[in-house]
Amino acid sequence: MFHRESGVFKTSYAADMALYPLPIARWTVAAFAGLFILIVPLICGDYPISILNLILIAIVGALGLNILVGYTGQISIGTGAFMSVGAYTAANLVTRLGAPFWLALPAGGLMAALVGAIVGIPSLRIRGIYLAIATLAAQLIIEWTINHVQWISGGVQASVMIPRPSVFGIRLVSERQFYFFLLFFVVLALVATLNLVRSRVGRAFIAIRDQDIAAEIIGIDIFRYKLYAFAISSFFAGVTGVLESYYLGIANYEQFQIDVSIDYLAMVIIGGLGSVLGSVLGAIFVTLLPIATRLFLESFGGLFFSNANLLNVIPNLRLVIFGGLIIFFLVVEPDGLNRLWRNIRNYFRVWPFSY
Amino acid sequence: MTRLSRRVLTLAACVAVGLAYTGPAAAADKELLIGDQCDRTGATQIVGTVLCPAEQDYYRLVNSKGGIDGWMVKGDEIDNGYKVPEGIEAYERQKQMGVLLMTLYGTPQTVALNQRLEQDHIPTTSPGFGISAAADGARFPYLFPVAATYWSQAAAAVKFAKDQLDGDLKGKKIAYIYYDNPAGKEAMPIIEALQKTEGFDMRSFAVPPPGVELGAQIIDITQRYHPDFIIAHLFGRSPSVMIKGLKGAGFPLKKVVGLVWASAEADIMAAGGWAVAEGYHTIQFAGAGDDYSVRAEIKAMYKKDGKDPPKEMDDTVIYNRGLLQAAIQVEALTNALKISGGQKPTTEQVKAGMEQIHDFTLGGLVPPLKVTATDHEGGGWVRIFQAHDGKFVPETDWIQAYRDVVENAVKTAE
Repeated sequence: MFHRESGVFKTSYAADMALYPLPIARWTVAAFAGLFILIVPLICGDYPISILNLILIAIVGALGLNILVGYTGQISIGTGAFMSVGAYTAANLVTRLGAPFWLALPAGGLMAALVGAIVGIPSLRIRGIYLAIATLAAQLIIEWTINHVQWISGGVQASVMIPRPSVFGIRLVSERQFYFFLLFFVVLALVATLNLVRSRVGRAFIAIRDQDIAAEIIGIDIFRYKLYAFAISSFFAGVTGVLESYYLGIANYEQFQIDVSIDYLAMVIIGGLGSVLGSVLGAIFVTLLPIATRLFLESFGGLFFSNANLLNVIPNLRLVIFGGLIIFFLVVEPDGLNRLWRNIRNYFRVWPFSY
Repeated sequence: MTRLSRRVLTLAACVAVGLAYTGPAAAADKELLIGDQCDRTGATQIVGTVLCPAEQDYYRLVNSKGGIDGWMVKGDEIDNGYKVPEGIEAYERQKQMGVLLMTLYGTPQTVALNQRLEQDHIPTTSPGFGISAAADGARFPYLFPVAATYWSQAAAAVKFAKDQLDGDLKGKKIAYIYYDNPAGKEAMPIIEALQKTEGFDMRSFAVPPPGVELGAQIIDITQRYHPDFIIAHLFGRSPSVMIKGLKGAGFPLKKVVGLVWASAEADIMAAGGWAVAEGYHTIQFAGAGDDYSVRAEIKAMYKKDGKDPPKEMDDTVIYNRGLLQAAIQVEALTNALKISGGQKPTTEQVKAGMEQIHDFTLGGLVPPLKVTATDHEGGGWVRIFQAHDGKFVPETDWIQAYRDVVENAVKTAE
């Protein structure tokens, strides 16, 4: 109803290769860009923007994990550890050598990619849940190493303070400044992932996920591409760790423990495996849902509970509702939020003249 | 209506409810807002479920007596589940609500938020966790550990060991058993420094998280090292496992002292009850036990409402720590109101009020703190209690130990 998909003629290879061939898709992307670059920072206060910042950081990590889990089909429970590798690399570069963020950020990512590729080596022989256990081991080994090697962790406290980054001579202090800083990297990550998954490498990932033996037979070097997937995914995780450390002003490995890895895995599963939009939706869902349920309970919980009880009920009921909603959404749509959105879109595509 | 459109409608309804919600209520007139982060769920909920109700009880007690010069105290509590992003979100939310001071919960959260505190000028207490070096008010102007840091606790533990071992540590052996995370390792530099001056032998025994299996460490300590004294810095379930293990190995528990998070009634109960733990020493930064007037007042307050005192009060160690946290906040606000002359104080005035706290003992529950602009720890006072006959009995008075060593560590900390 809203738009026609017919009558879109492509007359050049460039047009055929465009990320968004349909005009409505381009307009939607432009509208979202306008919303998040102009309108949101203008109307939102510090508190909503701080929540957005947490979501933006989560999006980068979820995108990275989705490349590995969703597109290549290799389960990893090591995201948290790769994040901490990136965070400590950047923290040490910044505090010891005074590196600027544009050096520390990719360096953190690259170091995480290297460690990730090493952790990925067992993936040639083991797969599925066994690989998950191998990455779990990596998570614990990296945690232990950072905790005990003071040359990395910078002392007993295992935390390294990082000064806020400066962009073009401006030190980022306010939430709003950080919002733009993070938004830039999220857009970068989105564009990179969208293009990666339709490139030669991305198609090799998908082939490995769908049937690795068949992929090998058609000439894909499985080992190499699995390592690529681990490296690229860990690069994203490392960058996430650096961004989070910059945002908090500190690198501390207790921020990147196993529960963080599980949270990110939850994001890509709830959002939808093997989809970029799904990563974004999953990151929003997992970050926002606990906050939203708490606000909801604080507003309406008074109807059911006394005030003294409420303080005890809110945090516990929040966990119940959070878990319940995850199950609910997965039962309603096992393929994740992305599929839910596609169903809605497909319904309106022909509305009101379906059949 | 198809299934899908019904689904779309439900979603729209959800969004509408979300839009209709106007956000948390702003502070009312004549109300002083305090932001508390809490941990009723998550890794250390064994503490949070007792500590947080205690804070709320204390606010209620203050308000039932007419507040602070007519100003009502309101504690906004947010559960962070011991997670860092949740802690950030809670902080930003309470900042937006206009809280005058905060209490953080959890070492990683305190560390993560420190930079924001300085930027937003919000005085914040972090009793019992966070950075030991934050005792230095010049370097951490808005962070108030208030209670004795791990460094002060470790110094007191060594001094206590010395007193128990006839006043001389030369040639004696001390075992330091600790939870293998940054907080667990934090006390070590102090013990190592004292080792040189006091001439004792020290060996450390790490307990890997989650700390429910200490068999190897117990055997190592009791069968191979044979220490004269044990200093335990454990969290969560591990203290109870250690008490049980040492008892089983026949090690006299009166030669063991646990730092503050290895020292609650819950630990004794989990170890098998008071009979098992008889003799075990604990370090406290808030008085343990039931014999304090403020606890009687809270019980009376509940009685007036026709209710029984809450069961949280039975865990006196943690509950009293909650009272200490809340009482220090209220005391800082009281001082701040004096500075502002009865007007609503600013956060800077609350910081000044915090730095004026002294001679405030709450009937012996709070140590004789003296917080100054440079000493945000208030002197590092602790009191050692012993498990005896079904309760914690004070073994010493409030003590400070090796202040020069601790202060030197604070000064030279990275």
